[in-house]
Amino acid sequence: MNLLSVSNLHVNFHMKERELAALIDVSFTLNRGERIAIVGESGAGKSVLGFSIVNLIGKPGYIHSGSIKLEDKELTSMNARQLQAIRGKRIAMIFQDPMMTLNPVLTIGDQLVEAIRNHTKISYKDARSIAIEKLHHVQIASPEKRFDQYPHELSGGMRQRVIIASVLLLNPDIIIADEPTTALDVTIQAEILQLLLAICRDNGVALVLISHDLGVVSKVAERTLVMYAGQIVEEGPTLEIINDPQHPYTQGLLNALPQMTLPGQRLNQIQGSMPSLAERPSGCAFHPRCPYATQKCKQQQPDFIYSGVSSVACFLVEDMLNEFADHDQEAQ
Amino acid sequence: MPTPLIQISGLEKAFPTNESWLGQWRFQHGKLKRRKDSVHALNGVNLTINQGETLCVVGETGCGKSTLARVIMGLTQPSAGEIHYLDQRIDQLNNRQRMVFRRRMQMVFQNPYASLNPRMTVYQTLSEPISFHNPQLSTSQVDEQIDALLESVGISASSSDRYPHEFSGGQRQRISLARALSVEPDFIVADEPLSALDVSVQAQVLNLMMDKQEERNLSYLFITHDLAVVEHFATRVAVMYLGRVCELAPTRTLFSAPKHPYTKALLSAIPRLDTNTAQPIRLIGEVPTPINKPVGCVFQARCPYANQRCYEQSPAMMMQGDASSVACHAIEEGRL
Repeated sequence: MNLLSVSNLHVNFHMKERELAALIDVSFTLNRGERIAIVGESGAGKSVLGFSIVNLIGKPGYIHSGSIKLEDKELTSMNARQLQAIRGKRIAMIFQDPMMTLNPVLTIGDQLVEAIRNHTKISYKDARSIAIEKLHHVQIASPEKRFDQYPHELSGGMRQRVIIASVLLLNPDIIIADEPTTALDVTIQAEILQLLLAICRDNGVALVLISHDLGVVSKVAERTLVMYAGQIVEEGPTLEIINDPQHPYTQGLLNALPQMTLPGQRLNQIQGSMPSLAERPSGCAFHPRCPYATQKCKQQQPDFIYSGVSSVACFLVEDMLNEFADHDQEAQ
Repeated sequence: MPTPLIQISGLEKAFPTNESWLGQWRFQHGKLKRRKDSVHALNGVNLTINQGETLCVVGETGCGKSTLARVIMGLTQPSAGEIHYLDQRIDQLNNRQRMVFRRRMQMVFQNPYASLNPRMTVYQTLSEPISFHNPQLSTSQVDEQIDALLESVGISASSSDRYPHEFSGGQRQRISLARALSVEPDFIVADEPLSALDVSVQAQVLNLMMDKQEERNLSYLFITHDLAVVEHFATRVAVMYLGRVCELAPTRTLFSAPKHPYTKALLSAIPRLDTNTAQPIRLIGEVPTPINKPVGCVFQARCPYANQRCYEQSPAMMMQGDASSVACHAIEEGRL
């Protein structure tokens, strides 16, 4: 059984005049110990997806339909109390900015101990020793000293390490990391990624990494989902997506990277920008920016189809596959 | 031989820390002593920017990149050092004298959401600098210039009556660039102009900057932490660490043969798309605080090759065989 399965998830934002769809028919699965990445530009709905998994979507957003199952438990129909038992304990989350996540008026130690004691009946002393052990685990020097310090006394990289330690406290099955290294410098980013990777590998924790940086994703994730305007447009093994992207958006995204062109040459840009929720184009949402768009793309939404090891939602790929199939039949 | 446009020598900038008078007293060795701390953002920077080139400045948060940009533009006064524009010294001018240079040097800021006035239409934003610096132009001439300018950055002239919030991030950054270009400068300082933008939109803005450079022989000082952009766009690269330039080299040389231990670590840390799983060079510790000037090499605390001399003496920039220059004792002594 899959550890986590999201199927046909629709998330809407309830505005004054109309309903805006933030996620449209999103489905994916996550196995035990697997590392997947959700990639896309701002406004693609990656963070909304991450938040929806643990039902943290705040008003005016709400889960309109679809199901999110953790093993056999349905998360969308749980009440606040049941969800509380899942959050942190089974599914833990790491956010982008560590300074916003940590409470500035409590010491690091108080926050860690509180997290443990909320979920398990255990003495302060035992909780303290678990917290210090986890701080040690994320390679924080002199954890006993750090335990009594406040967040502002630590540097950005150190704070993100504390967050990772706090996430590990209750040995969760899934870690959702929403842009965990975006606020950090490159050298620190490399260290934090290494740490996250090692922790997931060693403890068999499944990881959902949300990122806009394809370089980061290629180092961490085994499987990648590419999102555009609230939908998954391509899904497949990370290497496959990077070396042989099928969807024109994925191709455009990879080609736009500076390392894809010779120094001094013009970069391959994608025309236009991501549409806002209110101005979602008809048919395939990417068609106004797509160099291969046809009349069909403007009118109909493409279905998800299998193409080799990846799945893609694009008429272009679908037509190509159909053509191949016809050829095969003729040959037979 | 390239002509130098801007020459910076021995530039220093220290910001006093905001401590109250009482907070400045320390009890040391049985005596009360008053001590004023300051943050040394720049510690003797020497740089030259040539005409028509792009000099990229890279470094981590807090290394003084943005302070360098602001000091060159005259938005903050340097504590010591000199800045020359062609052959004129520009760091001690008063507002009136500076006016000429305000026109020739322009700046593009990091966040286009914050750097465009939300209550001015695009037309107003662009017409203000044009008519201020060219009072002789008639209204219709200004209009003409604005239309041409907007078209040249890929925004339709008919949208000049719209406000910044009606544009996307990429479009707004293109409007900022149009504003900088409106007074026909020779030199543009761009402080992280791409970091608020998405990858596909980054490419649009970067292409536009390259086109304009070709058209008008512009010089750029491009500040960024994104090394992939640097490799693509820069003519030369200056790597900064804690207020000092530690390596300065032509782009291709820097990326193929980085010399300074910090540059090496920085380059190895970029998450690249290729599948090679080489471990990044791990730097121990983090950037020390720039409060109070460090003695010796600024990189000493994180450098794997530091010896006694690095703790005592600050290394000077030394020219290397391949047109790069590095400030490192280990390279000078041949240990590296």
